[in-house]
Amino acid sequence: MPTEKPLSVPTHAGDAQASSVAIELRLLMEAIYLRYSYDFRDYAGASQKRRVLHALSQFDCPTISELQSRILHDPAMFTQLLQYLTIPVSEMFRDPTFFLALREQVIPRLATYPSIKIWIAGCSTGEEVYSLAILLREEGLLDRSLIYATDINPTSLDKARQGIFSLNSIKGHTLNYQKAGGKKAFSDYYTAAYNAAVFDKTLRENITFADHSLATDSVFSETQLVLCRNVLIYFNKALQDRAFGLFHESLSHRGFLGLGSKESLDFSSYASRFEALDKPERIFRKR
Amino acid sequence: MSVSADSLDSIMAATAERRFEAIVIGASAGGVNALLGLLSALPDNFRLPIVAVLHLPDDRESRLAEIFQHRSAIAVREAADKAAIEPATIYFAGAGYHLSIENDRSFSLSGEEPVHFSRPSIDILMESAADVYGEALAGILLTGANYDGASGLAKIREKGGLTVVQDPDEAQVATMPEAAIKKLQPDLILRLDAIRNLIIQLDEISC
Repeated sequence: MPTEKPLSVPTHAGDAQASSVAIELRLLMEAIYLRYSYDFRDYAGASQKRRVLHALSQFDCPTISELQSRILHDPAMFTQLLQYLTIPVSEMFRDPTFFLALREQVIPRLATYPSIKIWIAGCSTGEEVYSLAILLREEGLLDRSLIYATDINPTSLDKARQGIFSLNSIKGHTLNYQKAGGKKAFSDYYTAAYNAAVFDKTLRENITFADHSLATDSVFSETQLVLCRNVLIYFNKALQDRAFGLFHESLSHRGFLGLGSKESLDFSSYASRFEALDKPERIFRKR
Repeated sequence: MSVSADSLDSIMAATAERRFEAIVIGASAGGVNALLGLLSALPDNFRLPIVAVLHLPDDRESRLAEIFQHRSAIAVREAADKAAIEPATIYFAGAGYHLSIENDRSFSLSGEEPVHFSRPSIDILMESAADVYGEALAGILLTGANYDGASGLAKIREKGGLTVVQDPDEAQVATMPEAAIKKLQPDLILRLDAIRNLIIQLDEISC
């Protein structure tokens, strides 16, 4: 349900007044929320502004106000804009040392559970989901794991469900896989077809892809591991805190949280409710 | 020290009656030495925050903050996502992410596509800083082999900030300063020793 939120424009003592672009951006996000229930109002401003301005040039729109008018009256146009507002940058086994730490420090503890539930929040086009599924299979845990892979972008989720990635990037993924402690030949997990790598269907038997927003939705399951990597950098502190709240609520006692390589709980009110298991790799544990 | 009387005059003219709140610096090839020359000379009572993007040849974890801390009288840190910008601190952008400054004067990181093959990008830091600080920002572009920074510096100029480019004759690689000079008319084109004096002077007139 849309809630009333005062339309105050953020200003700083140093600014005489907010620029018209800042006002237009604020109004655009409000319009998107009211019309489509996607809540981008608490996203970090600088990167959001760049992405909207980039969309303007792609859509041949002179102003953000005109873009707002177009998306309000044309849902298909909004779906296109959504691709700019969300950032699908993903590679398999991104930051290999993170996955190595996951394999060596988290997996042995997860293995003590009879069944394992994992939430990958902001899974984008699924590269991380398949990476984790491969890791769990190699450690003998995939069959008793359930992975919830969630995102707000239906186009990304569709792509994630297919598990087909460009063959061009497979060389980098393979290198990452090896550095992450991979135990087999990476090519065992996919079939090359034309210019695509089609990943083994059995990897996703225990994966549920679902629409979920860290900005507006609530917790849907208890989990033992939450991965949310390179998502929180796009949120402001308030929204980041909301997300940490959801993770804290979802995680079972002593559950694990994995963040992106430059993300931390340092500026969050939840800092004291997690402890670092491997700080350099950004793996935390619920206290 | 060989600051010409001309550059002293131009510095005085460009900074008269002004107060600055932050300095952003971009550098690429040859930038480590240039920055060491600039930043290791800052006095321990220096107050302005300095935010620097220095391109490194690859994506590996940068240890710039560590390297510069050994040579600096003031605190040097890697700019962390959501961290508030503190005075008397030199910040470096970490490897692999763009660095922006937000309206509440904190940092944010992002993983958008590289700009001019660079992530972090000087343009992105400078454009976001120009939005936040306006005329209270000084932007400095040093040696480098690509075109990053020219658009960012132009944005600083558009918002009324002070724009400074290293003299291409002195720069280890002239491409980046030349690209900026071609794109905009910077307020000052100076050699490193003059830029160093300028930075100290900006701090003195602002605090």
